[in-house]
Amino acid sequence: MAADPKGIQSGAYFIDGDHACAEGAIAAGCRFVAGYPITPSTEVVERIAERFPLIGGMFIQMEDEIASSIAIQGAVWGGKKAMTVTSGPGFSLMMEHIGLAAMTETPCVFVDVQRGGPSTGLPTLPGQADMMQARWGSHGDYGIIALCPNSPQESFDLAIKAFNLAETYRVPVLLMLDECVGHMTERVVIPPAEEIEVVERKYFAGPREELLLFQPDSRGVPPMVKAGDGYNIHVTGLTHDERGYPVMTPAAQEKLVRRLVDKIRLNADAIVETREDGVEGADIVVVSFGITSRVAIPAIERARAEGMKVGHLRLITAWPFPAKRIRELSSRVGCFVVPEINYGQMVREVERCVAGRTKVERVSHGGGSVHDPKDIYAKLAGCLKG
Amino acid sequence: MTAMTEESTIQDLETLVNPVEDFLRMERMPHIWCPGCGIGTTVNCFAHALEASGLDLQKVAIVSGIGCTGRVSGYMKLDSFHTTHGRAIPFATGLKLANPELKVVVYSGDGDLTAIGGNHFIHAARRNVNLTVILINNFIYGMTGGQVAPTTPIGATASTTPYGNYEQTFNLPYLAESCGAVYVARWTSYHVRHTAKAMKDALLKDGFSFVEILSPCPTLFSRRNKLGDGLDQMKYYKESSEIKNDANTKDVGLTLQGKIICGTFVNTNKPTYLQTYNEFMTKKLGDRFTPYKG
Repeated sequence: MAADPKGIQSGAYFIDGDHACAEGAIAAGCRFVAGYPITPSTEVVERIAERFPLIGGMFIQMEDEIASSIAIQGAVWGGKKAMTVTSGPGFSLMMEHIGLAAMTETPCVFVDVQRGGPSTGLPTLPGQADMMQARWGSHGDYGIIALCPNSPQESFDLAIKAFNLAETYRVPVLLMLDECVGHMTERVVIPPAEEIEVVERKYFAGPREELLLFQPDSRGVPPMVKAGDGYNIHVTGLTHDERGYPVMTPAAQEKLVRRLVDKIRLNADAIVETREDGVEGADIVVVSFGITSRVAIPAIERARAEGMKVGHLRLITAWPFPAKRIRELSSRVGCFVVPEINYGQMVREVERCVAGRTKVERVSHGGGSVHDPKDIYAKLAGCLKG
Repeated sequence: MTAMTEESTIQDLETLVNPVEDFLRMERMPHIWCPGCGIGTTVNCFAHALEASGLDLQKVAIVSGIGCTGRVSGYMKLDSFHTTHGRAIPFATGLKLANPELKVVVYSGDGDLTAIGGNHFIHAARRNVNLTVILINNFIYGMTGGQVAPTTPIGATASTTPYGNYEQTFNLPYLAESCGAVYVARWTSYHVRHTAKAMKDALLKDGFSFVEILSPCPTLFSRRNKLGDGLDQMKYYKESSEIKNDANTKDVGLTLQGKIICGTFVNTNKPTYLQTYNEFMTKKLGDRFTPYKG
């Protein structure tokens, strides 16, 4: 359905990725945000703090990121669409609650504006080294969705998509910006409300005795209920049955956790989104995401100008990873080149899918700046030799 | 006793109904608590408090953290949330602010709420979030096997203080009051009527209300400290408690088997977080402000 026009400031703006992210969340219907200040993500909550009193939303600056990441889950069970926003160190603190959201199937959005790490690292400078943490950071097995915008416009668009996916799959969705995307200022077009597609929460409407809060539909996704609606729901982080009651058995674990993993894995075709440019017929395919996907373009263009057949596959969804597409391409591409601002994270996924069928080259960068396109070009120029 | 009366007694027992059954998820019984544990007694008090409060039970939600008391939420026939260790209060904050119509109760243990969750306790009280926090203080971590807690009295033995606890003990009513709680009371699981009454008063209070209830852990606290069984602890509560309403919370700290000051220590009124927010923003923003109703 179309977005609620109340919060939407349709028009063309010159704003940064953090502000665009805030506007995307508002457009998606988010009306509860809990956060704790951390560079380079703070502008998201600053804009929310300014906008929410005008449109009936609730922003609360909590005492830390642990509190923020669970306050949003309380808010979701109270009936709100909710989000928290952070960067590296705060993201680390939130890990337990990504697991809680996955386990209790609480639809919510975590924004991580990545900076250089580990630890305090480079607070004001870019990194892309939280990608594996986004996927595996909480203990135990579960599935999540992670999206990677590469511009302020996409920060707006993918914030909406993040909320829509969270509601569609009852899952936490991670919006993985990086400092460059968060702080770069560009034209952002906010469409009229009626042109913005928003997925509303699917509430159970049947009688109390028929409710099974954790009974999946054909896609593996159960219906939602909110507190106060008379269903006497129970929600626990313990392994539970369809009613939500704790069951401490291997059989219950197998049934629940397998479903939590399969819910994303088996719906990957519907969730995965990539952008391709010149991939068909290419000898070399650059796989990139976030700001690095833009830094790679001059390198790709130079290589093409010199006659090389170079394609570009950009990850919009880092998780689930477009495994099928990479596998398919691996039988006919001479080399994958994976530039990213870390020492090798998403490249491991490429290597896993390629499984030795062709070459995979990394272009690693420790963070603090983007790549020099020359380094990516050098890899393109050299990767098919020898 | 004749065979006939014996039979009728058995029949009576079979038809007897637990008076608080309507408040419990009976399909989840028996509960996990040990014989002599006081948590079940407090749950009974809570059910009576809910009844006496006249609150619409469909609009009451209970939130717990992790631990023996953390299991309370799962046994109450209410909207119930069993969250992560120490984080019941921030979850409850989000729930309450999202739907202010709800009466949100946090029901958890001393370790959960004041060690790992201590920071959240402080800040929810400071903000005067409209929550009722019921804290069952059994002086140790029960679920994990009797480790020392911030509430363990000096000198008491715990599994991680085998030579006795030497750390200063939290005085929780003092902590709650100094952080801004509008209602602060302490009772023990011996004082069932007082406890139920305090819980009711806390439920009907606007703002951050706090009830501490001392409760025996015969398995892991009393046994290790050679204090007898659950009944012996009840005798201690009975004999060593002194009711002192309006006592200065500075003076109500606990010691090992020492005097227990019980009563209602704080009962005051302050605008809640949400009232403050709406009033402040209305003043600042005038017509531009959209009052927050949840």
